[in-house]
Amino acid sequence: MALLEVRDLDVRFALRQGEVRALRNINFTLDRGERLGLVGESGAGKSVAAFSLLNLIAKPGYIAGGSIRFDGQELIGLGERRLRRIRGNRVSMIFQDPMMTLNPVLTIGEQMVECLKAHRRIASREARAIALHKLQQVQIPSPETRLDQYPHELSGGMRQRVIIAIALLLDPDIIIADEPTTALDVTIQAEIMTLLLELCEKHNVGLILITHDLGVVSQVTQRMLVMYAGRVIEAGPTREIINDPQHPYTQGLMNALPQMATPGSHLNQIRGSMPPLSQLPSGCAFHPRCDFVTRADGSERPACSRQVPDFVASGNCRVACHMVAEMLAQEAATEEDRP
Amino acid sequence: MTAQALSHTETPTEPRRQAARPSDQENAPLLEIRGLRKRFDLSGDFLEQLRFKGGRLVRHQEFVHAINGVDLSIRRGEALCVVGESGCGKSTVARTVMGLLSPSAGEIHYDGTRIDDLSPKALLPYRKRMQMIFQNPYASLNPRMTIQQTLEEPIRLHHPDWDRERVTAKVREVMASVGIDPEWGARFGHEFSGGQRQRIAIARALAVDPEFIVADEPISALDVSIQAQVLNLLMDAQQERHLTYLFITHDLAVVEHFGTRVAVMYLGTVCEVAPTRTLFATPRHPYTQALLSAIPRLEDDRPQPIRLTGEVPTPVNLPSGCVFHGRCPHAEARCRREVPRLVAQADGSQVACHGVEEGRL
Ligand SMILES: Nc1ncnc2c1ncn2[C@@H]1O[C@H](COP(=O)(O)OP(=O)(O)O)[C@@H](O)[C@H]1O
Ligand SMILES: Nc1ncnc2c1ncn2[C@@H]1O[C@H](COP(=O)(O)OP(=O)(O)O)[C@@H](O)[C@H]1O
Ligand code: SF4
Ligand SMILES: [Mg+2]
Ligand SMILES: [Mg+2]
Repeated sequence: MALLEVRDLDVRFALRQGEVRALRNINFTLDRGERLGLVGESGAGKSVAAFSLLNLIAKPGYIAGGSIRFDGQELIGLGERRLRRIRGNRVSMIFQDPMMTLNPVLTIGEQMVECLKAHRRIASREARAIALHKLQQVQIPSPETRLDQYPHELSGGMRQRVIIAIALLLDPDIIIADEPTTALDVTIQAEIMTLLLELCEKHNVGLILITHDLGVVSQVTQRMLVMYAGRVIEAGPTREIINDPQHPYTQGLMNALPQMATPGSHLNQIRGSMPPLSQLPSGCAFHPRCDFVTRADGSERPACSRQVPDFVASGNCRVACHMVAEMLAQEAATEEDRP
Repeated sequence: MTAQALSHTETPTEPRRQAARPSDQENAPLLEIRGLRKRFDLSGDFLEQLRFKGGRLVRHQEFVHAINGVDLSIRRGEALCVVGESGCGKSTVARTVMGLLSPSAGEIHYDGTRIDDLSPKALLPYRKRMQMIFQNPYASLNPRMTIQQTLEEPIRLHHPDWDRERVTAKVREVMASVGIDPEWGARFGHEFSGGQRQRIAIARALAVDPEFIVADEPISALDVSIQAQVLNLLMDAQQERHLTYLFITHDLAVVEHFGTRVAVMYLGTVCEVAPTRTLFATPRHPYTQALLSAIPRLEDDRPQPIRLTGEVPTPVNLPSGCVFHGRCPHAEARCRREVPRLVAQADGSQVACHGVEEGRL
C-alpha cells in the first residue's frame, strides 16, 4: 500500500459570486521515499493542492469530497487535534517564502526547540542538541552561532537551509515543498536542491515538490503530475513525460522553452493564457489554446469543447485528452485488424 | 504511441537573426559605459548619521556599493544581455543608463555624446531614442489611465506638434504591432492578463519609435508559455525596427536564445563579457562556470553543479581584491589583494580574473 493515496480530491471556494471548483479529480499516490513533482503555471492550483493534503486550505476554500489516506488513515474528516499530530510530525511543509515558517522575533534555536517540544516530551537541552544536529545536516556554516541568531540575520540561502532543517526536525515521512527555491538565485538554488535531494534519499523521506521549473522537476523527481486549470492532465514517470510528453499542453510547455529552439529563432509559443478557475471553458479546459481540436484531416473533434476528457493510459503515463484517447483507440483497432 | 505522431506543433527553425544594420557603423558603439560607479547612502540625513561614540559625537555613514567600475559598450543592432544573481547591480546599471539615477562616478555616452551630465531639457531628444521596459507588468502601468491614455502620453511628450488624429493613428498602429486589439484602448490595465500588460508596456516603449531599448527582466514575472510569446514579440520588434537591446535577465536559457553578447555581473562588477556562443561553449571566469553548471537541465543526469563555498557578501562591506574571491575555488593571495581588470582574450571574450590572466585557469 502506498504511503499517501489521494483519490478524487475535490476542493472548492465558496465565494460570494458563487462556488468555484478549484481542484477536481486529483488522483495520485506516493510511496515511501518516493519523489513526486507537481508542475504547472501559476494559478493552476498547485499550492491549493499542497495545502489541501494537510487540510490547511484557508476559507473560503474547503474540501468538498474525495479521500486522502496517509499510512492507511483517512485524513478527510479527521479531527483538528489528530491532524495536528500528523502535520509537522509526519508530514512537513516547506514554503517559497521562509518567513511563512520562521517567526521573526524568535531565534532559530528557540523556534526549533519550541517545535520539538510541541510534538515530543523532551528536555530543552536535548531539544537544542537535536536542533544543532539538524543544522549540521543541512551544512550551515557555524551552526552553533546560527542557533542564537534571528532569521533576519541570515541570507536567503541560509534561511532556506534552516527551513529544511526545521522540516526534518521530527523525522517526517513526507516533505511537501512548495516552490522552495523559486526566490533564490541559480547557484544557491542548485545547492539547496542538491541538499534536499541527498537528505530525502539518505533518510528515505518522500518528497512532493511543487515547481514551475521543468529542469528542477527533471533533476529531482521520479514521477510527476502536470496540472492545468485545477486538474491533473498528465501523470507518469518524470523521464517519460520529459522525453515524450503526450498531452498537447505538456508538449506546448516543453516546446516553449528557449532550449527547444535554435538560438535566435522564434520560440514555439502557446497562444492565449490559462483561464481563471472561475471562468473555465466547457469540455477540455485547454481546448481554446489547443492545436489538436482539429484533426490532421481537417475535421473537428467536437468532444474537445463539450466533454471533459477522462484519463487514458498511454504506456506508463495517464493522459486526459480526447486526441490521445482517439489515437490510442485507432492504434488498438489496427492491431485487432491484423491477422 | 510515437513521438512523431504528436510533434507537428514544431515549427521549422529559422536562421539566427542578423545584427540589424550592417557594416559602416559597426565599430562605433551606440552606448558606452565607462568606469560607472553607483553607491546608495544608507545612513539617512545628517542628523540621522550622528552617533554617540566614546563620549563624543561622530558621523557614521554607510553605503551600498551597487556598481563598482563597470565598462560596457553596446553596438548598434545587437542584444547585449546582462546576467547575474539578484542584487548584483543589473537594475542599477539599467536605471543609470536611462538617466533615472545619476552615477556616483563614470560616464555614459550615447551615439558619441556624453549624456549622464545633460540637463533634463538637453536629455529630452535622447529619451525619445532610448526607452525602458520594466519587470513588473502590474506596477508599470498607471491604474487610473486607460490604455489609450497610457500610450498617448509618450507620443504627446515627444511630438507636441502632432494633431489628435495623428496621435490616435500611432496608438492604434503600435497596439496592433504588439498583438493587442486597437479597439481595447478604452480599457484599463487591470482588465488585462500579465502577458497582455507586458505587451502594452512594450507598446508604450515602441510608441515613440526608439532605436535603443533597455529591458529589465521583462519576462521574469511571466509563465513559460507567456514568456515565449513576449520574447517572440521582442525579437520581431528588433528585426522590424532595427532595435538595439540592453536586456537584463537572470534566466540563462533566455540569454542563450536571445543575446548577441553576454555580460556576466557579480557584486557590482562585470566579470566576463563574451559573444553568446563563446560564453556558453567556453565560460572562462570561475563564476561564469559555476553559474552555467547550476542551470537545472532537462537531460537525464544528476546535477553536478560546481560547489561554491561561502556566502554572497553584501555590497555594504565589499571584499578586497576580486569580489568573488570568498567563493572561488581558485582564489590565491593576489585575488584577495588586487582587483582584477577586464582583459581581452583570444576568443573575443573579456575576462576579469587573475587566474585566467596568469594562465593557470
Ligand atoms: N482561499 C482561496 N480563496 C479563493 N481563491 C483562492 C484561494 N486560494 C487560492 N485561490 C485561487 O486558486 C487558484 C489556484 O491558486 P494556487 O494553488 O495558488 O496556484 P499555483 O500554486 O498553481 O500558482 C488561483 O486562481 C488563486 O487565486
Ligand atoms: N535605492 C536604493 N537604495 C539603497 N540600496 C539600493 C537601492 N537600489 C538598489 N540598491 C542596492 O544595490 C544593490 C544592487 O541592486 P540592483 O541593481 O537592484 O540589483 P539587481 O537588479 O541585479 O538585482 C543591491 O544590494 C540593492 O539592495
Ligand atoms: S482534449 Fe482536445 S483540446 Fe484538450 S488537449 Fe486534448 S486535443 Fe487539445
Ligand atoms: Mg503556488
Ligand atoms: Mg533587478
